[in-house]
Amino acid sequence: LITLEITERPKWDNKVQYMLTCIGFAVGLGNVWRFPYLCQIYGGGAFLIPYGIAFVFEGLPLLHMELAIGQRLRMGSVGVWNSISPYLGGLGVASMLVSFLVGLFYNMLLAWILWYFFHSFQSPLPWRDCPLNLNRTGYVSECEKSSPVNYFWYRETLNITPNIETSGPVQWWLVLCLASAWGLVYICFIRGIETIGKAIYVTATFPYLVLTIFLVRSLTLAGATDGLIYLFTPNWETLKNPNVWLDAATQIFFSLSLAFGGLIAFSSYNVQKNNCERDALIVGCVNSFTSIYASIPIFAILGFKANENYNNCQNWNILRLTNSFNIGDENITVENYDVWFNYLNATDPSEVKSLDLKTCNLQTFLDQSVSGTGLAFIVFTEAVINMPGAQVWAVLFFVMLFSLGLSSMFGNLEGVLTPLLDLHIIPSWIPKEIFTGLMCLSSFTVGLLFTLGSGNYWLEIFNSYVGSMPLLIIAFFEIISVVYIYGIDRFNDDIEWMTGRRPNIYWQATWRFISPLMLLVVFVAYVVIEAEKRPTYNTWNPDYVHFPLADVQHYPEWVYVICVLLSVLPVVSIPLVALYKFMGFLNKYIMKRHNPNPYGNELCHGEF
Amino acid sequence: MLWKVLLLLGLSSAWAQKLCSPGASDGYKVRLSINSALGDQAYVWNENEMFLFRATLAFAMRTYSDGQEYDVANVVVCDETPRVSFWFVVTSPLDASLLVDKRRVEEAVRKSRSRINSAFLLTDDTLEFIGIPPTLEAPVAPDTPPWLIAFGVVMGGVGAGIVVLLVSSVVQKIRKKRDGEEETGGKTENEAASDAIYNMSFSDDEPVTQM
Repeated sequence: LITLEITERPKWDNKVQYMLTCIGFAVGLGNVWRFPYLCQIYGGGAFLIPYGIAFVFEGLPLLHMELAIGQRLRMGSVGVWNSISPYLGGLGVASMLVSFLVGLFYNMLLAWILWYFFHSFQSPLPWRDCPLNLNRTGYVSECEKSSPVNYFWYRETLNITPNIETSGPVQWWLVLCLASAWGLVYICFIRGIETIGKAIYVTATFPYLVLTIFLVRSLTLAGATDGLIYLFTPNWETLKNPNVWLDAATQIFFSLSLAFGGLIAFSSYNVQKNNCERDALIVGCVNSFTSIYASIPIFAILGFKANENYNNCQNWNILRLTNSFNIGDENITVENYDVWFNYLNATDPSEVKSLDLKTCNLQTFLDQSVSGTGLAFIVFTEAVINMPGAQVWAVLFFVMLFSLGLSSMFGNLEGVLTPLLDLHIIPSWIPKEIFTGLMCLSSFTVGLLFTLGSGNYWLEIFNSYVGSMPLLIIAFFEIISVVYIYGIDRFNDDIEWMTGRRPNIYWQATWRFISPLMLLVVFVAYVVIEAEKRPTYNTWNPDYVHFPLADVQHYPEWVYVICVLLSVLPVVSIPLVALYKFMGFLNKYIMKRHNPNPYGNELCHGEF
Repeated sequence: MLWKVLLLLGLSSAWAQKLCSPGASDGYKVRLSINSALGDQAYVWNENEMFLFRATLAFAMRTYSDGQEYDVANVVVCDETPRVSFWFVVTSPLDASLLVDKRRVEEAVRKSRSRINSAFLLTDDTLEFIGIPPTLEAPVAPDTPPWLIAFGVVMGGVGAGIVVLLVSSVVQKIRKKRDGEEETGGKTENEAASDAIYNMSFSDDEPVTQM
């Protein structure tokens, strides 16, 4: 039972580094800008029920399994699946490909965050005011029709094209930001887990500090309680919608960063006698806690923003009435508005009608839900403008987002580096620093795609098609392989040897039946729901009739083909490698039959 | 004689009132929002404040228009409302029945806007001349965009860090090699083993021996 290890495998300096790295990988941007959004649209507190169920029956078992298998077999994803069975080598290759592709677009998000961070050191913040038009008589029309924050995001940051077919030029400022993002990633990743382990002390803990600061600050803002009540008031009706369950299952899955191979890589650098069960519980619970903890300041701030919008709406109405009827300044207030309105409407209804007064409803403003980049770069930046000391809050917020994303990037890159190191594909004369540099450089080059004018549309495609379905397939095969090919009894023995305790009935039941079944159901539901509609995307088109509403377009044929390829290519390696190995096996079998040689060295099927 | 003078005065004021009317082609509407601007410090709008306005406007016309000697009487005000809003027209100092052209009034107001505002402790938003939009301030464009400075700082730090790390690892390797050569005068056993090619046929690919 000795696996020869010539160069000693790198290992974590201490347990804390390992835990922080796993937590940092799991806790990412999605915890901040996807989970609160899902809570909001799926009935607030009620969403926690499907989320909790998915966590217990799908998230935790898979997490425990990945950590355990990596720790036991002490190899990255390719090596681990190869060890279990050579026909499964494709599983590791698939994980590696997905990690690489996700790393490409994930770092673009970091580049955008850096862009906003660089711009937060000005007074006033550049997204507060519209720029003046050429002859200084007014504001740029695109900005006037939408809003300064929208204009800054879509025009000054992305310089977005009206649709995905128009590529537009490469935006040099985004190239600079992407280069700095990759530079920052490289400096932490340069020696693999040696440097990651040092960097993680900061990048994994800093977000919690900032979240706490924001929590305290946001609770003092006016309208915060409205936002929080809105978030947590459960609407039990939503539980009848099957989409809620599907989204909860996929959210817990992607939130824990399963099937990327990164967790397997991290745990492979552990000592073998380590309680992986407790680690899995800690990582899973901290991840879910962070999601809920992050929702509180996010929603307090969204409530504050809705309140501001509501007050502005009312004040606009008041001003219209005051100016039109020449009533004394500040005689109409928010409190007596209804009295005045009824009086004026009774005296001169036609005049009142001509004013086009708005209906101001706080609920409507609260209902405006946004997730993803929209939350960070549009909604949040707008809220920050109205807070005193806006620059400080903006800087803190973007540094927090950057650390969240950076620690997740480590996992993505380790998911690529560790298998490559284990496969000994890299000639030994190339030092690790150069190899990681080459990895970063090649990812940067391919990632230049996202700096085009249509880059945002491509990023959405990558996010939807690479970062979703392939992972479900990989995870399903992972759990089937461990339970039925490696053997659940053998796995139980391994865990008993590593932790000193045999996994209890909960783990047995979930590993054997519940989790694979849930994954299968989620996957089928996902495919069915995605396949029944032709995919569309939102575009930002200033020439659109109903601008600033998004112009919804269908993907052109060639783009749709690329989408399908992105989903299929990573997972096609699973059958391909199996087939390749099988051909090799058949070949040997046939050769043996034709040429029986009793001294023939039966080459182990462990050769690669 | 007296009644002639009185008649003339009455006629002229009546005439002046006729010149000024809401929607007059050469007139402008002014709107003040004193309470919104000043809150507790708000002053009451009365005849004296109106006199100040007419005087300020006469000043603006004197300084920025054709240089004629405009007087308070040349600024005629009408249609005052509790809002506080009113219409005004400017008559020529040479002939009280002639109105000064709209564009000249606009030009004078534009150029002296900040003086007028400060006379009343108000701003462009709270002292509005309907039809004369305030000249938008030209944005201050610094020579180097500030974001490039922040970018330069970050990239400088990153570049320095990468160089330091690479140099330190090279130095480490050289030091290790030197130590290794000093110890045995050749390759150490560990290094000899590391040159070996890992022959997987000798390894048990099943880490747990089957019982």
